Amino acid sequence: MSIFVNKDTRVVVQGITGREGRFHTRQCVEYGTRVVAGATPGKGGRDMDGIPVFDTVQEAVERQGANCSLIFVPPPFAADAILEAGDAGIEVVVAITEGIPVLDMLKVKNYLTGRQTRLIGPNCPGIISPGTAKVGIMPGAIHKSGGPFGVVSRSGTLTYEVVHQLTGQGLGQTTCLGIGGDPVIGTDFIDCLQAFEDDSQTEGIVMVGEIGGDAEENAAAFVKERVSKPVIGFIAGLTAPPGRRMGHAGAIVSGKSGTAQGKIEAMEAGGIRVCRNLGELGELCARVVRES
Amino acid sequence: MKIHEYQAKELFAKYEVPVPKGFVARNPEEARAAADKIGTFPVVVKAQIHAGGRGKGGGVKLAHSQEELASLTEAMLGMRLVTPQTGAGGQEVKKVLVEQGLDIEKELYLSLILDRNTAGIVIIASEAGGMDIEEVAEATPEKIVRVGVNPLLGIQPFHCRRIAFGLNLPAEAGKECMQLVAALYRLFVDYDCSLAEINPLVLTRDRRVLALDAKINFDGNGLFRHKDLAAFRDLDEEDPLEVEASKYGLNYIKMDGNVGNMVNGAGLAMATMDLIKQAGAEPANFLDVGGGASAEMVENGFRIILGDTNVKGILINIFGGILRCDVLAQGVVQAASALGLKVPVVVRMEGTNVEQGRRILAESGLDLRTAEDLKDAAAQVAEIVA
Repeated sequence: MSIFVNKDTRVVVQGITGREGRFHTRQCVEYGTRVVAGATPGKGGRDMDGIPVFDTVQEAVERQGANCSLIFVPPPFAADAILEAGDAGIEVVVAITEGIPVLDMLKVKNYLTGRQTRLIGPNCPGIISPGTAKVGIMPGAIHKSGGPFGVVSRSGTLTYEVVHQLTGQGLGQTTCLGIGGDPVIGTDFIDCLQAFEDDSQTEGIVMVGEIGGDAEENAAAFVKERVSKPVIGFIAGLTAPPGRRMGHAGAIVSGKSGTAQGKIEAMEAGGIRVCRNLGELGELCARVVRES
Repeated sequence: MKIHEYQAKELFAKYEVPVPKGFVARNPEEARAAADKIGTFPVVVKAQIHAGGRGKGGGVKLAHSQEELASLTEAMLGMRLVTPQTGAGGQEVKKVLVEQGLDIEKELYLSLILDRNTAGIVIIASEAGGMDIEEVAEATPEKIVRVGVNPLLGIQPFHCRRIAFGLNLPAEAGKECMQLVAALYRLFVDYDCSLAEINPLVLTRDRRVLALDAKINFDGNGLFRHKDLAAFRDLDEEDPLEVEASKYGLNYIKMDGNVGNMVNGAGLAMATMDLIKQAGAEPANFLDVGGGASAEMVENGFRIILGDTNVKGILINIFGGILRCDVLAQGVVQAASALGLKVPVVVRMEGTNVEQGRRILAESGLDLRTAEDLKDAAAQVAEIVA
């Protein structure tokens, strides 16, 4: 089993004709993902490796039955692309784009509230249900299908590191997703924790956070109340200086809030097993599996 | 991006947010001319650096005459101003703002921020102005007024009324305050701000409301649509290596340690810095060459790290996904050969084509040490700098 994407996922790639869009579409197809359409305004009627390209997402939905979109549109036009996907009734929108203005995302987030569309990202590596579907830019080969772990993270390559360690321990994954390094994102930790809790194949959850905001603190409170499965956590940024934006737009310690230390304490108080040393995360997960 | 108070006040004036009459001065002659244009004494002389808490460090002074203004300006320009936000080294003052002195009845607080949790813009106001707002919020939360605005709706009169009445302003001043709040909101959204703060906002004895101070931060992601803001960037306020790195599109932040490090991806970069610290050493920097870094980016990253003379060892940690390890290894070898290996370099890489990558490093003939895993990498570097 998996969360948010599965064998019925039919992907339209927005920005399929760009360099990145083309490259990653091929990688997704190679992995086995059903990419049924592309959307690039003005390029309708063409095709990319036999995948039909449309001018609008609406057409991709009507003609090809797309229910998931993968967005590689540059920052100035990315918010509009997300809104278009939401308006067309796409169920899951995965926005890879890094650098979308926060104000644009505030509007997107408010527009999507109460609609059926789930947004993953932006500024994220996407989502993969190993062996079933990859809707994102992560290297497929490091993953192992079959569970027992679900992985949710605010980061990209740090997630790959975590997945690599899990696979190295012989531990597979049900679904791995990056929810994005921006201050305003769609799907959050709590949405994923709930979905993993409800997924029968997922037996444990790895949650990878970083400095900035209080998403991890809120997630910790949620875990304490509502999650019965073991949760293993990691937080990046113990050494980050306050007031500086650490690469990700959302990764900033302001005043006393958003610190790694505060997050670790909140997570431990919520019953999450926090790994302090990234080099030992895979081993800790293996230990948790043995114990349970 | 941060800007100076005088620049923020230029934007305020453009949006008709009332500010005291004032002019920026780079030398005592300009300060004299500024006072002439203002026409009355006393005037306030304010050091223009990006850090806050300037008053505490002696960066805000009152001058009652041209003579006093001359001596104050002379002393302030060129001094290294130390405030709670600058660090011990302080920041050199290169400009001052000379401003009309006001007869103040009450100091208030007003700010607009982006709220990541509610996905809204929040207006925060308080009667307790001129103080650290986080302390006010902690000690006397009842003195804080918070009004959330849905960005799809935009600011409405009732939002402004809640702020003005919340500040207990007399009738006429309350009206001025409402206009000011609406104007500040327009500025905030027009320019993709992440923070607009007025501390203090003042009520004068003649019942006017003005922004005595002004602080604006911009969302870096929004800068592409505000080309005019480029003129506001002050390179004197930034670390020279960080300025250099930004030219190459590298995300670099200088720190105080001696272990340089280069990583692909921000989260992994932060985690790598933490590992260095846990191994008993201190990171010299944060450097994210991007999830899909090229050989050229790696070479530029090397150059930046080696520009920091504190660096005694370097850790390269790359998780090859889209970026293949063999390509990365070629980049490292190329950069190390071109720039020379002045300090020991430990390379830890994992992911696509890792075996080929390791072979390239081993066969390069360079003193590149390969680490087996993360713990090993951090331990090796810590040993080098110990």
